[in-house]
Amino acid sequence: MRLKALALAAAAAALTATPALAQYTDGGIKIGVMNDQSGLYADLSGQGSVWAARRAIADYCKTTKCHDKIEVVFADHQNKPDVGSTTVRQWFDVDNVDVVVDVPTSSVALAVHNIVREKNKVMLNSGAASSDLTGKACSPNTVHWTYDTWALANGTGNAIVKTGGDTWFFLTADYAFGHALERDTAAVVEKSGGKVVGKVRHPFPGQDFSSFLLQAQQSKAKIIGLANAGGDTTNSIKQAAEFGIVQGGQKLAGLLVFITDVHALSLQTAQGLILTEAWYWDQTDANRAFSADFEKANKGNKPTMVQAGVYSAVYHYLKAVHELKADGDGAAVVAKMKSMPTEDALFGKGQIRADGRKIHDMYLFEVKAPKESKGAWDYYKLRATIPAAEAFRPMDQGDCPLVKK
Amino acid sequence: MFELIGVPPQALFGQLLLGLINGAFYALLSLGLAVIFGMLNVINFAHGAQYMMGAFGAWMMLTYLGIPYWGALLLVPIVIGALGILLERLFLARLYHLDHLYGLLLTFGLALIFEGLFRRQYGSSGLPYTNPIPGGTNLGFMFLPWYRGWVIIVSIVVCLATWFMIEKTKLGSYLRAATENPTLVRAFGINVPRMMTLTYGFGVGLAALAGVLAAPIYSVNPIMGSNLIIVVFAVVVIGGMGSIMGSILTGFGLGIIEGLTKVFYPEASNTVIFVIMAIVLMIRPAGLFGTPR
Amino acid sequence: MKNYDMPIFAALIAILLVAPLAIYPVFLMKVLCFALFALAFNLLIGYVGLLSFGHAMFFGFAAYVSAYTVKAWGWPTEIGILAGTGVAAVLGLIAGLIAIRRQGIYFAMVTLALAQMVFFFCLQAKFTGGEDGIQAVPRRPVLGFIDITSDIHFYYLVLAIFAAGFLIIYRTIHSPFGQVLKAIRENEPRAISLGYHVDRYKLLAFVLSATLAGLAGATKAIVFQLASLTDVTWQMSGEVVLMTLVGGMGTVFGPIAGAAVIITMQNYLAGFGEWVLVIQGVIFVITVLLFRRGIVGEIAALATRLTRGRGEAGHIAGNPATTS
Repeated sequence: MRLKALALAAAAAALTATPALAQYTDGGIKIGVMNDQSGLYADLSGQGSVWAARRAIADYCKTTKCHDKIEVVFADHQNKPDVGSTTVRQWFDVDNVDVVVDVPTSSVALAVHNIVREKNKVMLNSGAASSDLTGKACSPNTVHWTYDTWALANGTGNAIVKTGGDTWFFLTADYAFGHALERDTAAVVEKSGGKVVGKVRHPFPGQDFSSFLLQAQQSKAKIIGLANAGGDTTNSIKQAAEFGIVQGGQKLAGLLVFITDVHALSLQTAQGLILTEAWYWDQTDANRAFSADFEKANKGNKPTMVQAGVYSAVYHYLKAVHELKADGDGAAVVAKMKSMPTEDALFGKGQIRADGRKIHDMYLFEVKAPKESKGAWDYYKLRATIPAAEAFRPMDQGDCPLVKK
Repeated sequence: MFELIGVPPQALFGQLLLGLINGAFYALLSLGLAVIFGMLNVINFAHGAQYMMGAFGAWMMLTYLGIPYWGALLLVPIVIGALGILLERLFLARLYHLDHLYGLLLTFGLALIFEGLFRRQYGSSGLPYTNPIPGGTNLGFMFLPWYRGWVIIVSIVVCLATWFMIEKTKLGSYLRAATENPTLVRAFGINVPRMMTLTYGFGVGLAALAGVLAAPIYSVNPIMGSNLIIVVFAVVVIGGMGSIMGSILTGFGLGIIEGLTKVFYPEASNTVIFVIMAIVLMIRPAGLFGTPR
Repeated sequence: MKNYDMPIFAALIAILLVAPLAIYPVFLMKVLCFALFALAFNLLIGYVGLLSFGHAMFFGFAAYVSAYTVKAWGWPTEIGILAGTGVAAVLGLIAGLIAIRRQGIYFAMVTLALAQMVFFFCLQAKFTGGEDGIQAVPRRPVLGFIDITSDIHFYYLVLAIFAAGFLIIYRTIHSPFGQVLKAIRENEPRAISLGYHVDRYKLLAFVLSATLAGLAGATKAIVFQLASLTDVTWQMSGEVVLMTLVGGMGTVFGPIAGAAVIITMQNYLAGFGEWVLVIQGVIFVITVLLFRRGIVGEIAALATRLTRGRGEAGHIAGNPATTS
């Protein structure tokens, strides 16, 4: 992989005829991919995101004359806000990193978000869920690219109520993220005419969910909404299958489920699960081509929406920076990014709103039954497309100070 | 129909039963810890990692060798137990002459290594493992999956057999004597170091067995043990460290209490065990079934 | 034997005074905070022989208190740090009253369980901000005039806090009180028979250790402008054990060396991503098996061997330089 990067850098250098421009800090563009490289979210972000960022540079430089010094560095924030903030400070103060990309885990993302603003750099967030990044905490230096809690709640909640799932029981992880997901989804459910009949808050992290599932079963709700993430979600789904919840006529709605989670569960267990994602590898030829290369470099895994989002975000960032021919003033770069429509191979056309929210279509998927699946990683069937204009929280509801006049 | 603080009695029965099943895991794990601590005076911090390796072992046997669940149930504890024996011979045995805290620190380091290696190799989102006995029966007050019933039976049988072996057989009496006075026991011609080695292997095997049992119902991932180990420590401390029966009874008992907490105050269900522990320690510093040392 | 501790300490401070010229000050501040944390922990393990596996509760909870008072109530920085330290002292008193009744492994388990209770409290309580923690804690001028928004200025303040903490611990272990602690470590029944209220001594040492761990945590919260759950997890308690073990338990400078090594590793091994955990585990195992005296302990033993021509046996706090 390293060899390939070198080759790409050489190719990029060969393409570039003009000498380096003085406006670039440190004489080049330095992209820092920060995410979880070893923990719970390593599979959905991790080295895959680093690969995606490098690929975006290579693809951009293939079509456009690009700067001859574009570097990618990466770091593991271990899902700890203090590790993330130390690293990012050092990146800005010592290593001259211009832009931080990915940053899953809301607590780390918020910590990095504050420092990026203080130092006037750029954060392109793909991995974190918190809608606060473009809500009350929004900043002129952050773009939130792929998804957020509001979009997930809206996509899944709305569509399910419309297809008759009008009574809900929530299984909520007892921490701020779980509460936010539950709150946002409950609001959507009630707005579309559904009813929340009960909820139970389980400690985080949990291991055995049978007791909570039994409570959900006794509530007779049609839909059990899983307002949790990672291992908690996979454990709840696995045990729901064991207790015959789905056979009993109730359906599970995963409010934050990635394709890597479905892979971990196997179709046998996860079938019938309804979820919202921003991107799926098997949707277009461009996606499939990207995924085929990705797979070779990343232990046979398909890319997640987070990794695809990193690609798309870095691609657009490069466009804006090359337009400006400068990368020093983070707020100016983000302003430029907002003023240009986005377009790339994976996410198609879209735009970035004034509050920093990137908007695009979202997709409602249902997990296939094993017999419907035609091969490895053939997991989703499309149930609905949520158009970009409706997929994300309207700007006037986010309390973002940048929007208020 | 009467209700108990807003919860219908059927629901309560269901929750009690589920609590008991969770208790079965606590009991198996704390039993292994208690055996190791009782005989070797080592707090086996790697117990959680060995439990995790048990679950992974089941997955690996199925995936790479095609050995189904039932084979794994027998083979994995033996393989992991053998690995435990190796660890004891290579590392732990060098520390017996030192303060016991070093055993804790060493196994803590080993736990980090195991967890790290599995994360490195298999990522952290977990691996699928199919339930070998799907389906279940409706008990009237709840749906009992066959597999959970199986877990509770295995756990009770293994726990009682272990207790019987240690408390009622000749081998067990050698073991207990060796803990009290190794020099004297050695004088009778009994190979004490070998007994210690086998004991550690046995305790580790118990952890691996719990891991195999857990694979079909819990997510098989590298961090599954590190979250559980702390709870199991608390169980052992409440039961009285080193007490075999104490750890079995406390394991089941705390499972039930935790199950009830999940109904009445679910947010606190992870904490309740530690609250009980603090209370028990204030009243009986040696634990419920322990003898003060 | 001539005592070189103070000259070494003076040299260390001199190096630290010029260090920010070459090394990134925020990184140095992190090392200093953890060094103080490890020193506080070492006071218990090294001089009383008590292994606390729950020291994160003091470190992390003090961080929350100082971050909250400074951010939400607008308290001045120095008062916020003192508040965090004070709360850690109270917490130390409560935890100590429960824990010191047990010894050895039992003591470790009890502290671990208590720390878990504190962790769950922090996860549940409203004021801690859940898993997001308390973010964007302002750095207000200290005493009203020392501007700490500049990392360099703040670094010297943290250095002063660190030096003060070090001197408190150093004074403690070389006082008559410290001698009694060592006597308890070596032979508790004998200390009791000599008429010492052993539990009272242990409790006092525990509270002092908790307080200083709190000081380190409270300072760290201001340095990083955030307090988070990471600092109250049992993994953090394990980390401080690792630092002390690697540096040398029961040595005066060991915890500092250990903290420096471990933090540097975490910082610069970050590129190894998935291997960090394994490397840490390997260091743990190797240290326990081969270098039980830790970096400083081994160096001191070597120095002693060279000067006296013979070594000394290591035990849990085996350092010739301080025990003789």
